[in-house]
Amino acid sequence: MDTTRRRLIMLLPAAAVAWKYVLAGTPEEAPNYEMTEHWWAMLIDVTKCIGCGSCVRACAQENDVPEGYFRTWIERYHVSDWKIERPDVESPDGGKEGFPANEVGDGKYFFIPKMCNHCADSPCTQVCPVGATFVTPDGVVLVDKTYCVGCRYCIQACPYGCRFLNPKTNTADKCTLCYHRITKGLTTACCEVCPTGARQLADLKNPKDPIHEFLKTHTVQVLKPQMATGAKVFYNGMDGSVR
Amino acid sequence: MQIPGVEGFMYPNEVELQWSVLIVLYPFITGLVAGAFILASLERVFRVEAVKPTYRLALLTALAFLLVAPLPLQLHLGHPERSIEMYLTPHRSSAMAMFGFVYLWYLMGVLLLEIWLDYRRDMVLKAQSSRGILQLIYRVLTLGSNNISERALRIDERLSYFITLIGIPSAFLLHGYVGFIFGSVKANPWWSSPLMPVVFLFSAMVSGIAAVMLLYVFTTRMRGRTIDMRCLDTIAQYLLYAFIIDFSLEMIDLIQRIYEADESFRSLDFMVHTRLWTSQVIIQIILGTVTPIALLGLMQIIKLGEVARKRVYILAGFLTLMGIFAMRWNVVIGGQLFSKSFLGYTTYKMGFATREGLLPAIGLMILPFAILWVLVKLLPPWPELVRSHISVASAAHGTD
Amino acid sequence: MYKDIEHLVRLAAVMLIVLAAFVILRTAIVPKSFGQYGHFRGAAIAEIAAKPIVHAGHHACETCHTDIVDKKRTGKHVVVACEACHGALANHADDPSIQPAKLDTAVLCARCHEANSAKPKWFPQVATADHSGGLACDTCHQPHTPKIEAEKTAAAGGKP
Repeated sequence: MDTTRRRLIMLLPAAAVAWKYVLAGTPEEAPNYEMTEHWWAMLIDVTKCIGCGSCVRACAQENDVPEGYFRTWIERYHVSDWKIERPDVESPDGGKEGFPANEVGDGKYFFIPKMCNHCADSPCTQVCPVGATFVTPDGVVLVDKTYCVGCRYCIQACPYGCRFLNPKTNTADKCTLCYHRITKGLTTACCEVCPTGARQLADLKNPKDPIHEFLKTHTVQVLKPQMATGAKVFYNGMDGSVR
Repeated sequence: MQIPGVEGFMYPNEVELQWSVLIVLYPFITGLVAGAFILASLERVFRVEAVKPTYRLALLTALAFLLVAPLPLQLHLGHPERSIEMYLTPHRSSAMAMFGFVYLWYLMGVLLLEIWLDYRRDMVLKAQSSRGILQLIYRVLTLGSNNISERALRIDERLSYFITLIGIPSAFLLHGYVGFIFGSVKANPWWSSPLMPVVFLFSAMVSGIAAVMLLYVFTTRMRGRTIDMRCLDTIAQYLLYAFIIDFSLEMIDLIQRIYEADESFRSLDFMVHTRLWTSQVIIQIILGTVTPIALLGLMQIIKLGEVARKRVYILAGFLTLMGIFAMRWNVVIGGQLFSKSFLGYTTYKMGFATREGLLPAIGLMILPFAILWVLVKLLPPWPELVRSHISVASAAHGTD
Repeated sequence: MYKDIEHLVRLAAVMLIVLAAFVILRTAIVPKSFGQYGHFRGAAIAEIAAKPIVHAGHHACETCHTDIVDKKRTGKHVVVACEACHGALANHADDPSIQPAKLDTAVLCARCHEANSAKPKWFPQVATADHSGGLACDTCHQPHTPKIEAEKTAAAGGKP
């Protein structure tokens, strides 16, 4: 115990330095972050998702997401037999507390995490009447909550259902790809806590990013490609029944 | 874990509806504006002399409703105090932002100008004959000028004709744009359609014409005057024509949807058969479209007496307004009742005395009539007071 | 001649005044950084990025808790981030006197490891009623290195 305590005291300055790095200021001020050097995306590996709900809880904690609304959520699919166009889907409280045990029927079951797809040709950005929602130069779709008028047009325009009106701010709200974290060299809250590595942040402008290689060597999909949104959340191992 | 009001699966953020009855009210009101203006322009531009008695009334009706139109939107916004941003930094790719300017153009550049030019002589005369605060109001309205010479009035006439000419496509643009706000949303298959602006436009004309027709009948009765039956018959005729086009367009859309049966069809079809059965099939289609068309069509074939005809027109008018309101309801609310996953449905819980509830909606529907009452007192539109401007117009077109 | 269009000139003047007022209003009200990067308030990016951090990230934890790091390295939970189980702890990393909440293994472990038909087959999952008869998970398992000692030794080839 004495050794541990001594160790801890010695490590405190190191921790302080590490923490200072974590708390480094705004992207313009942080010496390392240049917006044009990044193009953020996400990889979701469906074969690894266990539906534990850690991502949903972590996101809610990290971003102060109000109860009943979701910046990310998990859906459990049941596809019986060949009925690929009629899956049974449920998402109890967005999967926040995981999923209750279920009886096994015929067909396949799997989890699909959902979130904002940070579309390159974002339909929500197109319809915003005032310019409150926008795509940053590094590919993240954000909402300026001091400028949003709360007309809800963007919520209607999103094909994926990832936006909502935040009752505390009365403005549109959605996943920010933890912009306040990724600009400081951290990963998103959901990727941080995912126990199986089903969710992984990707920087498509970084040649050394492992996801680049993954995208080249695996069969991946995006949600609703017919909408031509330029979605940047890639799903590995996603079934054709996923809506 | 079943969410109350939800059947099947909805994305968690979709359960609550985003656009309420106030957003149903908004296209209904702007529709009345466009329709009333088209009726007024029938006389002005297309020389349909028969509807002259309703010319000024139609313009004032359009103004009364246009002034109320932004109010449901303001009540709906999360931050109405920021709404000026739509004019300061409009996002040019957003139909909603551009509509702000279409609205402004129509209000300032068309309607107000048209009314001002048409009423200028009366305003100048009233400024001279009235006293006190009324005199001040009229003087402000005349912008301090009191020239009502023949020449000045002829210039007004020419300008007014020109404004109406621009006004017709502007009115089309006004309400077609509202249709486009919905029709351009690719994420929503109930809304996304190139027919949407056209359907909205023609249903707007139908509702506007019906509204002016009913207002004409009731205001004439209240004033104890006789209704000009030739005028009423003509209005009813144009109502029928507009209705036939509107109904055909809606039927084309429906038939196409049923035939193509794309991925959204099963979900939408189920919704219409269950949650939208009463509002769409019973109220909008049967009572609100087919019945008035049948009644009005019948009046073209069978020659009934004056009293009976009036009754039929009044009934058709009310059914029409109810049907067009139902159409707006079915588009706005209906478009949010089904999940974009096509796997479920939710319910619309309309509040009563809440900011976006039924009570403010009713209030907002009554307000235009209150404003119209004030306008009618300030600028009486009654036919017996209107100086014939057909003769002036023809003089303006002929040799000077 | 002018007299006859004087009212129109007055109208045009009124319209020009309104337009001028609008332009002045716009210059005064529109935020300075608007349009910097696109059609939005450029300063918003920095504001959003300056939001305080709630999850410290496992690197921050590992800086101090090296003994736990060593323990985790011997087991399957090496890939599980600290805050996945312990919750967001940036406040603790900032001020170590703030104690993290005590965890309830019955709820916590079940979220991942309770058997569910939708979980991938390779993932270790049990029906807790059959598996432990209602005992708390940490009765037998040490969460930082979950494999039970006897099993570990057997797997290693029998030497304790």
